[in-house]
Amino acid sequence: MELKDLIKPENLVYDKSKVQEDVYMHYCPGCSHGVVHKILAELIEELGIQEKTVGVAPVGCAVFAYNYIDIDWQEAAHGRAPAVATGISRLYPDNFVFTYQGDGDLASIGAAEIMHVCNRGENILVVFINNGIYGMTGGQMAPTTLEGMVTSTTPFGRNVDLNGYPMKITNLIAQLPGTSYVTRQAVHTAAAVRKCKRSIKKAIENVLDKKGTSFVEVVSTCNSGWKMTPVDSNNWMEANMIPYYPLGDIKDSVKGEPVSKN
Amino acid sequence: MAEIRLMKGNEVLAEAAIRCGCDGYFGYPITPQSEVMETLMARQPWTETGMVVLQAESEVAAINMVYGAAGSGKKAMTSSSSPGISLMSEGISYIAGAELPCLIVNVQRGGPGLGTIQPSQADYFQAVKGGGHGDYKLIVLAPSSVQEMNDFVDLGLELAFKYRNPSMILTDGALGQMMEKVELADFKPRWTNEEIHEKWGSWATTGKPASRKKNVVTSLVMDSDVMEKNNLRFQEKYRIIEEKEVRYETIQWDDAEFMLVAFGTSSRVCQKAVEIARAKGLKVGLLRPITLFPFPRAIIKELARKVKGFLSVEMSAGQMVEDIKLSVYEAGSNVRVNYFGRMGGIIPTPEEVVEALEEKFSWELSYGVKRSY
Repeated sequence: MELKDLIKPENLVYDKSKVQEDVYMHYCPGCSHGVVHKILAELIEELGIQEKTVGVAPVGCAVFAYNYIDIDWQEAAHGRAPAVATGISRLYPDNFVFTYQGDGDLASIGAAEIMHVCNRGENILVVFINNGIYGMTGGQMAPTTLEGMVTSTTPFGRNVDLNGYPMKITNLIAQLPGTSYVTRQAVHTAAAVRKCKRSIKKAIENVLDKKGTSFVEVVSTCNSGWKMTPVDSNNWMEANMIPYYPLGDIKDSVKGEPVSKN
Repeated sequence: MAEIRLMKGNEVLAEAAIRCGCDGYFGYPITPQSEVMETLMARQPWTETGMVVLQAESEVAAINMVYGAAGSGKKAMTSSSSPGISLMSEGISYIAGAELPCLIVNVQRGGPGLGTIQPSQADYFQAVKGGGHGDYKLIVLAPSSVQEMNDFVDLGLELAFKYRNPSMILTDGALGQMMEKVELADFKPRWTNEEIHEKWGSWATTGKPASRKKNVVTSLVMDSDVMEKNNLRFQEKYRIIEEKEVRYETIQWDDAEFMLVAFGTSSRVCQKAVEIARAKGLKVGLLRPITLFPFPRAIIKELARKVKGFLSVEMSAGQMVEDIKLSVYEAGSNVRVNYFGRMGGIIPTPEEVVEALEEKFSWELSYGVKRSY
């Protein structure tokens, strides 16, 4: 049997979403960004919302997110994606608008914007990639960097007396009545990817139902920044990141109700 | 029949925005322009035209909301005063870099820092030279009456879309707070989403229909060669704006030996100064730039060949005077260009202006000007 005999529709077990662009990604092998992009592209296709989706890309590694998903995009200034998304969503209330932000972008320079977008309950999805480090600029400390974790600006490990504490911003977000669904997921195993996809799907459906802000944190790896192999990164994340940032739904409610499990 | 009312400059900005079919206003309170958002909130235009009005958490957020709205092809605007415009400068640079149309109003107050809440023109450099980082220009309109505050909202947005470039109304606390008679414009309907798709479908993020490629609004270019091409394209756009969009007004300039040059509130002071000077037998005229960028260089070059001197009258330490000097230099003229102004929120008096003219040009008044061409 030759290769061409195998390539038939009935033998197809996996297909790339048509909403995902057929280009090389600039992400490092082992990085979580690619998986989350794939989930988003698949869901946009499955839910049939390509024509009404507008993404807002951050500053950071995902600054080029607009190269990978075939929808309209705006590229925001560092930390300002929630404000940009507000402008789009308020004027196109029937569109599906989402921001895609990293931990430096969302929890540090954009801390004010994210708090207020969630507090106003803007009808958008926020995808928050938390890998505890600034990837694009070369591995500096992020607000979510764990205590003792070595980065290029904490060469002797994060010292909480000097640098403050790793910020559980998602738990803060869950306290805001403007949010409807706040969850923390990961994509380091096949099971986790499936679960994460279900969460993002629910979050998108919430936005389509105009239920307010949905917020999905994805605890992620940055093997280049962490200076580990992809497999070691996944193991390290499971042993260190997930105990501090436990996975699961933090709030599943409706806008206007400050219900939080933590 | 046009509607005529007695209104504050700041209130008129709000009314004009509703009437010209503006889609979204995003702002943050700051003296002396808070009446803009207050008027909008009281008018509730969302019940009438569907215009969105939102109080942002900061000027930083407000300008980025404008970015988002403008990037989707909507008519978006914000207003603030000097310290707030400094905070917005990051966003304005991104808007210029992404070539988005919008309107920014700066109702200036005295600076630097928190400064005063009284009127000033000390943000001239910030407005006409770019303000934020990178090589860019705003189209800057300088109203001198409440009527022009009204007219320039529509004009500013029109020019912004014509050139896909942010426009700024550079005004001050005096014009914002002053009440005058104003003839309001008729209501223009807001563009429908279909019209926006039709007009701006080549760049606006309206949601990607199957019929077109995705639109990406960004100012990021990693390739230097491509970025330089963008820069050159921007510069060419600014050159065309300089060629086509210069606006100014001249008063008593036919026989003038000395020209006062002033914009906004200080130009009103200068109108009176011209009268006083003329009564004293001094042949004085006034040039009022209406667009600060593009700056009316051609008329200054023409005047430089016939007058004995220019006096730039500003509510700043002397900023526009540099642009006048550049134009006079370009004309190959050696007439002197002087500056007179007040700072700290103080408006000069017409008498002070005439006194300054007589003092600074005492040589020319006695002996005339030596021309070298």
